Amino acid sequence: MSPIRKVYLDNNATTRMREEVLDAMLPYYKDVYGNASSVHQFGRVARVAIDKAREQVAALLGAAAGEEIIFTSGGTESDNFAIKGVAHALRHRGSHIITTAIEHSAILNACKCLEKDGAKVTYLPVDASGLIKAEDVRRAITDKTVLVTVMYANNEVGTIEPVAEIAKACKEKNVYFHTDAVQAVGKVIFDVKSIGADLLSMSAHKIYGPKGVGAIYIKKGTKIDAIMHGGHHEMNKRAGTENVAGIVGLGKAAELARKEAAEEIKKLKELRDYFYKGLVSGIPHLRLNGDPEKRLPNTLNVGFKYLEGESIVLNLDLEGIAASTGSACTSGTLEPSHVLTAMGVDAADAQGSIRFSLGRDNTKDDIDYVLAVLPPIIQRLREMSPLYEKGK
Amino acid sequence: MEGQYSEKVMEHFKNPHNVGEIPDADGIGNVGNPVCGDIMRLYIKVDPKSEVITDAKFKTFGCGAAIATSSMVTELVKGKTIEEALKISNHAVAEALGGLPKIKMHCSVLAEQALTGAINDYLKKHGKPTIAKKFKDEHQGHEA
Repeated sequence: MSPIRKVYLDNNATTRMREEVLDAMLPYYKDVYGNASSVHQFGRVARVAIDKAREQVAALLGAAAGEEIIFTSGGTESDNFAIKGVAHALRHRGSHIITTAIEHSAILNACKCLEKDGAKVTYLPVDASGLIKAEDVRRAITDKTVLVTVMYANNEVGTIEPVAEIAKACKEKNVYFHTDAVQAVGKVIFDVKSIGADLLSMSAHKIYGPKGVGAIYIKKGTKIDAIMHGGHHEMNKRAGTENVAGIVGLGKAAELARKEAAEEIKKLKELRDYFYKGLVSGIPHLRLNGDPEKRLPNTLNVGFKYLEGESIVLNLDLEGIAASTGSACTSGTLEPSHVLTAMGVDAADAQGSIRFSLGRDNTKDDIDYVLAVLPPIIQRLREMSPLYEKGK
Repeated sequence: MEGQYSEKVMEHFKNPHNVGEIPDADGIGNVGNPVCGDIMRLYIKVDPKSEVITDAKFKTFGCGAAIATSSMVTELVKGKTIEEALKISNHAVAEALGGLPKIKMHCSVLAEQALTGAINDYLKKHGKPTIAKKFKDEHQGHEA
């Protein structure tokens, strides 16, 4: 029996590509097949399309010129490039990197990789809302520090970090600041200049663009070595024949995000708060994970006490509802979320936490459907749980 | 398919058999911890003369596989003598469910441990020697 409707509430994992984006891309899979590096007309048309996309992304991020945007294969590559590229370029100056305990695996595992080569990495703690203190960053910086990398907004709980303050601390100490803004782009209005970031990662598929393409902002003059070696593509910073259609899609998605983000943010926040209010009135023993205020407008991470998350997600799936336990990139591990653990959430409560992440296609009807379906699921599972005692 | 639940697992997950408690249980097995995300409590009722397990129930905090293995192990033990029940291995539980994803095999170990725990609880209450069983650690990374 298939469920009566489908509700997708996993937009932090990925989003549905917009029609306008696909329409923009299709010609670059069909008619425009030239290599953007070729001098002939076939190549030149592709080059023009890439240049336009670079301007579109630069405009969204508030980068001064297109030359500060480098296209990559996505958020993971951008993160790896920032960390390994800066570490390599500044290896004579030092090998200390500062990051946080709640980063995405792309950051944490890139740092671990450098640790194997002798780098020292400081993982800063967060408070109960998942917030980093700029003061902690300042104190952790030594004369060997080459990079500070702190995510703009957390993918699991949505907490928005004080990146401008952190960037200021880095600037004072003359250390590069990178931020993984994969989740923030399109959901937080910002520009790289007012934040003061030296490097910033973003991904297309989180903003209704295609998978497999992303970008990194590198402030002019920032010392960074390529990690992908080959031809002279992307201003010698990232070799490999450009993914023209993907880049065009990213450009279009960036343009749409720039136009629509303010309104979208307002709508998402209203819907998300309506959802949470409904959950609180229908289900006892809940906890909200993440900062109640400084939080992505679409993200709702809720702990259902006495329960384990996968059993909730599976039951929701049977009803056509897509949500997740933590991050899609960490599913397949048995340990409770590293983000919730760093926030001091105890193991049992962390296991029962579910992330709902809304997107532009969600309606009030969708949320009403979830609010009708979820309470009986939670009740049934709790009655099965040895941790739950009725009347408690 | 690797990482996916079989139809049988989903069947037992959706409609688990023998959920609940036995207030006057003859043996209770308690295993697991919240860090790995599963806690199983298994109750058995044993006929003292024949030593046949006449009823089994469970309460489980855990993933789909933990719930399905709890359901399956309670089904498998009913009507068996404690001697026969002790022969039920984690692999037998997993096989009866049409297999488990590799990362979820530890749930079947947990089910076997819960059963052994319940039987040992029964044996102890009746002044009989308990059974020391060695469990294969199928939990990648830490002790179950």
